Amino acid sequence: MGGLFAILWLSGSMTEFSLVGTVFFGTVLYAVLIFAVSSVVEGGRKAKDRLVTALVTTAFVIALLPLVSLLSTVVASGLARFDPTFFSYSMRNVVGEGGGALHAIVGTLEVTGMATLMSVPIGLFTAIYLVEYGRGHLARAITFLVDVMTGIPSIVAGLFAFALFALLFRDPGVRFGFGGAVALSVLMIPVVVRSSEEMLKLVPNELREASYALGVPKWLTISKVVLPTSVAGITTGVMLSIARVIGETAPLLIIAGFTQSMNYDLFSERMMTLPVFVYTQYQNPGSDVGAYLDRAWAGALTLILIVMALNLIARLVAKLFAPKLSR
Amino acid sequence: MTASAAPRLRAKTRPGDRVFSGTAITAGSVIVAILAAVAIFLIAQSIPALTVGADDLKGADSFWSYVGPLVFGTLWAAGLALVLALPVALGIALFISHYAPRRLAQALGYVIDLLAAVPSVVFGLWGIKVLAPMVLPLYVWLSDNVGWIPLFSGPVSGTGRTILTVAIVLAVMILPIITALCREVFLQTPRLHEEAALALGATRWEMIQMAVLPFGRPGIISAAMLGLGRALGETMAVAMVLSPSVLISFVLLQSQNPTTIAANIALNFPEAHGIGVNVLIATGLVLFVITFAVNAVARVVINSRKAFSGAN
Repeated sequence: MGGLFAILWLSGSMTEFSLVGTVFFGTVLYAVLIFAVSSVVEGGRKAKDRLVTALVTTAFVIALLPLVSLLSTVVASGLARFDPTFFSYSMRNVVGEGGGALHAIVGTLEVTGMATLMSVPIGLFTAIYLVEYGRGHLARAITFLVDVMTGIPSIVAGLFAFALFALLFRDPGVRFGFGGAVALSVLMIPVVVRSSEEMLKLVPNELREASYALGVPKWLTISKVVLPTSVAGITTGVMLSIARVIGETAPLLIIAGFTQSMNYDLFSERMMTLPVFVYTQYQNPGSDVGAYLDRAWAGALTLILIVMALNLIARLVAKLFAPKLSR
Repeated sequence: MTASAAPRLRAKTRPGDRVFSGTAITAGSVIVAILAAVAIFLIAQSIPALTVGADDLKGADSFWSYVGPLVFGTLWAAGLALVLALPVALGIALFISHYAPRRLAQALGYVIDLLAAVPSVVFGLWGIKVLAPMVLPLYVWLSDNVGWIPLFSGPVSGTGRTILTVAIVLAVMILPIITALCREVFLQTPRLHEEAALALGATRWEMIQMAVLPFGRPGIISAAMLGLGRALGETMAVAMVLSPSVLISFVLLQSQNPTTIAANIALNFPEAHGIGVNVLIATGLVLFVITFAVNAVARVVINSRKAFSGAN
């Protein structure tokens, strides 16, 4: 009983920490109580079972806390500047209030779009190679290397793009949007390969064999039978991979750089992107810190909305257009 | 009369087939080429850094004494994050696979996956503006009451921008991937093992101890390693939350914290020039080697039990 009183006293002693403290100590109290009561009434084994049930449920609630806190903060703080100005102005000549993220949104769309254009053909055809053609050393090497690529830290991908273009252009300070697209596709290709591979493997072999039996050549079998059957899953995989790279900050910070002005040209000059916009607004606030932070939160809200929308659409596509394989 | 006398049937190779398989092979080879290029260009840009003098290295005598504390900080932050995340992730995975009502389980899985969808820069912003002030009273309490443990010794940082806050943010970020992989493995426990345990009178926890956890152990280990790999390379959350300094220190709550390789690159790269760029690229190469080693171990563990489909 002494322990219980100690816990109650502790929760009382931390007055400014009340809500989280109450939930936390309430949970601890519940776990201790259920264990004590149950071990008296039902015996030790049942008591342990109940304790673990309480702990496992707590673990889930613990994971919800940051999610709820993060989403509510981003929405609450982001709404302050989530206005038409934010979506129609760049930061050129803006000090203090006003200004927007149009340049960053355009940059994000262009860089991510370019990365998608490069990654999807390479990733999809690699998956086709691994599933339909791949035998022997090359296939095994590619599988291994895709694993390696999955583990490349995003900042290393940025450094790679920088090292590549710095050597190619003999320019030690090279910064441009296309480099960011290259860095993002290094991160995106393995995700596309993995998900497309899984989807192609799901296509039943009977479909392929039926097609071969009708005398259809292999390439037509793949393009007219296998791909249409798995197109929903592949689309989902591609959208999820876009959602994964659209929030990447570090590689873009390194190779695309940051700027206050509009830049529609991927191949010259620095290009702002939305994650980097959030970072720079936070990291380099001017004299009016509040205005910069508001813009950072609004950028974060925009980013989260884009990512959530991509995820949602991806799941809907998977659900609505899934092939009816079972009878 | 022998079968070999009959002519072997060979499909006619059509131009379309040749073009298509050629494209597929080319795409596969591009991946090989990209990785080779990553290695070659990073190494080429790193070589000048290995022989750099002390005046370009912010006080360190050689490249290796410069990168040493950074490597320590990277491993330390990621390790702390893993220690925080793994028990919670196991709990969530068990909750979703064996405790939650079946109808709810999938939806709950999506909720956890939502965490994975949040961009890292938003995590950084949240960590510095919301989490750090929130945990500060806890830090003060920890250092007042258990400060005799060297880990928690004071004086407490006044901003909450410490390595422990970073570890908490990183733990939240790697939670979804560990959870997803563990859940996948737990769901593949043979039903008969579970039912046999229950039939012998085991409680649900005893069934999990006897059937689910032993079956899932390789999967848990590899999930933890993949989560660790993710935490090692995480940049923005660390760069934004931590107030960095270059040193080796195990204390969790003070204002002097070891920084990580990735965060160091992100903070210094925009202003770097000349040989400083090469030094940063070389530290990036070190990071790549570390994450590669961690991921390779995870893959070996997965491949030793090919039965899991979730991670391979």
